[in-house]
Amino acid sequence: MLITLLRVRLRPYARTVALLLLLQLVQILAALALPTLGAALIDDGVVKGEADSVRRTGAVMLAVALVQVCCSLAAALLASRTAMALGRDVRSAVFRRVLDFAAHDVGRFGTPSLLTRTVNDVQQVQMLVVSAFGVVVPAPLMCVGSLVLALRQDVPLSLCLVALVVVLAAVFGVLLSRMSPWYALMQTRLDGLGRVLREQITGVRVVRAFVQDTRERERFGELNSELNGISLRVGRQIATMFPVVLLVLNVFGVAVVWFGAGRIGSGAMQVGALSAFLGYLSLILMSVVMVTFVFLSVPRARVSAGRIQEVLGTAPSVPPPVSGARPDTGTGLELSAAEFRYPDAQEPVLRDIDLTVRPGEQVAILGSTGSGKTTLLNLVLRQFDVTAGAVRVGGADVREWDTEVLFRTVGFVPQRSQLFSGTIASNLRFGNPAATDEELWRALETVQARDFVERLPDGLGAPVAQGGTNLSGGQRQRLAIARTLLRRPRIYLFDDCFSALDYATDAALRAALAPELAGATVVTIAQRVAAVRHADRIVVLDEGRIVGHGTHDALLRDCPAYQEIARSQLSPPTRPVQPAGPSPVHRFSAEEAADALAEQP
Amino acid sequence: MRWPNSRNRPRATGPDTAPGTGRRLLGLLRPHRPRVAVLLVLGIAGVALSALGPKLLGQATDLIFAGVAGRQLPAGTTRQEALARLHAEGHDTLARVFSTVDVVPGRGIDFGGVGRLLLITLALYLAASLCTLLQGRLAATVVQRVVFELRERVEAKLARLPLSYFDRHPAGELLSRVTNDVDNLQQILQQTLGQLIILVFSILSMLVLMVVISPLLALVMLASVPVSALLAAWIARRAQPRYAEQWAATGSLSAHVEEMYGGHALVKGFGRRELAERGFDEHNDAVFAAGVKAQFASGAIEPAMTFVAALGYIAVAVVGALRVLSGALSLGDVQAFILYSRQFSQPIVEVASIAGRLQSAVASAERVFALLDADEQRPDPRAPVRPARVRGQVEFARVSFRYSPGTPLIEDLSLTVAPGSTVAIVGPTGAGKTTVGNLLMRFYEPTGGRILLDGTDTALMTREEVRAQFGLVLQDAWLFGGTIAENIAYGRPGATREEIVAAARATCVDRFVRTLPDGYDTVLDDEGSNASAGERQLITVARAFLTDPAILVLDEATSAVDTRTEVLIQRALGSLRAGRTSFVIAHRLSTIRDADVIVVMESGGIAEQGTHSELLDNGGTYARLYAALKEPAAGAAHSAGRPDTL
Repeated sequence: MLITLLRVRLRPYARTVALLLLLQLVQILAALALPTLGAALIDDGVVKGEADSVRRTGAVMLAVALVQVCCSLAAALLASRTAMALGRDVRSAVFRRVLDFAAHDVGRFGTPSLLTRTVNDVQQVQMLVVSAFGVVVPAPLMCVGSLVLALRQDVPLSLCLVALVVVLAAVFGVLLSRMSPWYALMQTRLDGLGRVLREQITGVRVVRAFVQDTRERERFGELNSELNGISLRVGRQIATMFPVVLLVLNVFGVAVVWFGAGRIGSGAMQVGALSAFLGYLSLILMSVVMVTFVFLSVPRARVSAGRIQEVLGTAPSVPPPVSGARPDTGTGLELSAAEFRYPDAQEPVLRDIDLTVRPGEQVAILGSTGSGKTTLLNLVLRQFDVTAGAVRVGGADVREWDTEVLFRTVGFVPQRSQLFSGTIASNLRFGNPAATDEELWRALETVQARDFVERLPDGLGAPVAQGGTNLSGGQRQRLAIARTLLRRPRIYLFDDCFSALDYATDAALRAALAPELAGATVVTIAQRVAAVRHADRIVVLDEGRIVGHGTHDALLRDCPAYQEIARSQLSPPTRPVQPAGPSPVHRFSAEEAADALAEQP
Repeated sequence: MRWPNSRNRPRATGPDTAPGTGRRLLGLLRPHRPRVAVLLVLGIAGVALSALGPKLLGQATDLIFAGVAGRQLPAGTTRQEALARLHAEGHDTLARVFSTVDVVPGRGIDFGGVGRLLLITLALYLAASLCTLLQGRLAATVVQRVVFELRERVEAKLARLPLSYFDRHPAGELLSRVTNDVDNLQQILQQTLGQLIILVFSILSMLVLMVVISPLLALVMLASVPVSALLAAWIARRAQPRYAEQWAATGSLSAHVEEMYGGHALVKGFGRRELAERGFDEHNDAVFAAGVKAQFASGAIEPAMTFVAALGYIAVAVVGALRVLSGALSLGDVQAFILYSRQFSQPIVEVASIAGRLQSAVASAERVFALLDADEQRPDPRAPVRPARVRGQVEFARVSFRYSPGTPLIEDLSLTVAPGSTVAIVGPTGAGKTTVGNLLMRFYEPTGGRILLDGTDTALMTREEVRAQFGLVLQDAWLFGGTIAENIAYGRPGATREEIVAAARATCVDRFVRTLPDGYDTVLDDEGSNASAGERQLITVARAFLTDPAILVLDEATSAVDTRTEVLIQRALGSLRAGRTSFVIAHRLSTIRDADVIVVMESGGIAEQGTHSELLDNGGTYARLYAALKEPAAGAAHSAGRPDTL
């Protein structure tokens, strides 16, 4: 996963990476040249007793050091640019893929999880790339370079260095492979602890109300102890690593001096080479230690890469239109034998839905939770695609519509009236950026929100917090309706979006809305009979099927499901009530309620 | 409307508080003092032992060099004679160089001597590694203990914090303190405990040895110290704001992404995709730009340090070589010095990076300590009383409450509720309807007056005792990540499966649970994908049902539940309410009308209280609300609203 992700995403930066490698190579050669020059300083200068040679070599070393610092700075710049660009590209790819998703796909991952994947997981990979460029790439170059230079100094003694590289690699291999499963385990335990804490903080009222503080503390305590055990293990393994590596290095240092003495004694090698070899040793060590640090962050980055790939590898369950047609043949809505089932589900959510809504008609859909009302709207909005049958808008299958055009034709108000951070105006203009202030005020007037917006200190410019949390539920719903009105669609889908309004507002809103909706195709979802009974037609859904279809009166007469719902809501008598007068509107009594309940099966 | 309150925003970290925090951070180690002492001794021993290594290797090199030199000199002469001859032949420099080692003319390398020296070095290194190993393991143990205890303290603190603390702080921010900040502390302590002191000591010990070998070269080396320190500090100072910039940019990117994902359907359905992408790209580019700067700034530290170290190395090599040529220093000493110069820069670079990491640790510690220092709820009375028998009589005696000193919410509320009766609390959003429940269950304490439970002042009881008498059903269905059965039994962990199923049956949970493949053992996940909002709500009703409380506090906002289920819930709640006192944040007209007492709240406090007919006669707020309810029914020509709710 990690490798695939990096390979694909680094391809556009191949040239930069090549340049980076080149810079690192020069930098390393310079770093390696220093001990060599140091050896020359001793052999040519000290042993032969030439002070001039010492000074000359010193000057060369200075130049080499300068080259090194310039190259490594440039490499650091390229590395950070490339890693950050990679992060930016992956984030962008993930974000765009999520926007491609249908509601079902988003729901499968969950918004918080998608957010983590887009931001935090990409960050993990990005950090790994930064350190990989800075450390992992130079390390093998450094090792190889050291060996080459060592070979030039003295071949038999170089075997010491070869052995060192082999031993170090073996030591690290063993230590890391023992450590990384524990490291991964520690990460999962940390996440688990975080989840428990999240539950305890968000559910503090419930925990305290049910007097479960002690139990929660025990739950936390257990996880904490478990985590403690694992991190202790990991901590000790890390603590073991460095002394062991240092020992290996030092042992080889001693060996180099001992075998070097033999070589010098036999006249095969000069004294200066000894200090050069010791220099190479520490260069090799440094690079190996650095690589270790990076490898410690690999398990984490690997998990992150997997999570990112999971998003990128998920094909949107609603594919883009085949032909991208832009039909403009009308605004009727038609579902014929429509069925929808989730992949692998035994039972469909909706089946055999036949429904035609003509322009100018208002149809209401009534049904209990889980009866498939919202799913039906989502089929029109292409949040899902039918698994059988068809949904047509203006006579053309929605799957053939150009999505943008479809969404311009169909306006919807969701059940949860979500607003975005910004101002009242920016939220209203969400679907129609070109709307003028007058248009905004008119829409606000229609939805009975003019008064409260006018009362706000900044009017249309009043700030709205993320999710609209600084507004009441009723205010949010009204703004959400206005937002859709401003888009001037020809088909309206209202998903139970009047529920938070008080009666008076609701009635006034509906009255003002009526002329706005004239001529449009309107589908309204509702929970209450009272809210739907004046619709042209009412569709009653139960367990994904249409069990009733007709006017209020007809359904009250013929549809048992509708009767049951009507009864359960203890609706007041359907005949009109006198405008004024002392008689209470709602004349149902406790007895009536008991009767209604008793009649239920 | 509730606008974001600027007073509650987390205060920016002031630099003035850092020293105190640092001391407190050290204070966490206090219980482990013996271990810390041992690990310091071990660490210092390890450093001292390994610091001797290069010196010994240098001596070995001298022996080798002496052998090389000795072979070049004619055998049979003394050292003085041989050197004098070199002078005479004009090899002044060579003579001076040879004079620095213990050369025996004619004799080659003393392998026995070299071998002995190397064995000693080997033993030293072995001992040093052993010390470092023990030190590291000990440090890991101490750090784990400290972090374990810190987590426990934080958890215990969370249990003692008043509800107001949770209400004032966003959950995300609190969570970040107890997870991210503590993790950060752990990682940094792990990396730095013992290290810092050991690094400083190793710098010092190498310094001493270098001064002993050659004060001049030591001075040359030392010159590079302030240079690297200044350079590191300079770069770090430049990197700091870049990092802040990067985190800020990442923060606003996250906010944008969260909002766009949260409003996914809207973004697509309103044709905002392009704009969302454009907004994202802007944020994304900002993160990129800030990230490159921050990464480069921190990535530049290493090359810069390496450069300074290289300069030191060159200076030592050149000056050292010249000193050998003048006979003031042996070759082995120079080589030892070169090794030191390599090892010397390492701890300095590390100290610099640790200093940076410590800053971040102090910032985290400050946030954790701020949590630990937060005001706690008043402790329970030492000798708590309890009502002899809880029948469910509740009395508010001149109760006053205000969230902030200036704005009274409840003034002088007196109300006696007979056992088994129902109190309906009505009013618009934001009027503080939940406050009554908060006071009853002692989530908040009244600022005046008393609340009596069967004649006993609840303030004299333990909070647990008070809460054990209540059942609570909230508007947001909070469930924990466990099975449905576990969630229903949350308030009574010992409940049998039969009792759980009975409670589920009484509250319409049983029906939908049976449609799930794993039934009661279905694990509810965070995202609630296997239970709808209405179903989750039902589970919370079942949860309250199972605890069989004397008094209920219910939020009747069941908008997420369909009407048929709602009827069943009402029925279940009806039988649950039988014989129990209930406080209902009421939305349904039937509940309100049938309530024994209606408490009408308006922003600013309690407007009225009384029965339905009393309040209608009063002609106050309730009458107005009720009239609003009646009025549209008159002209309900088009589709009507919800006659049933306030």
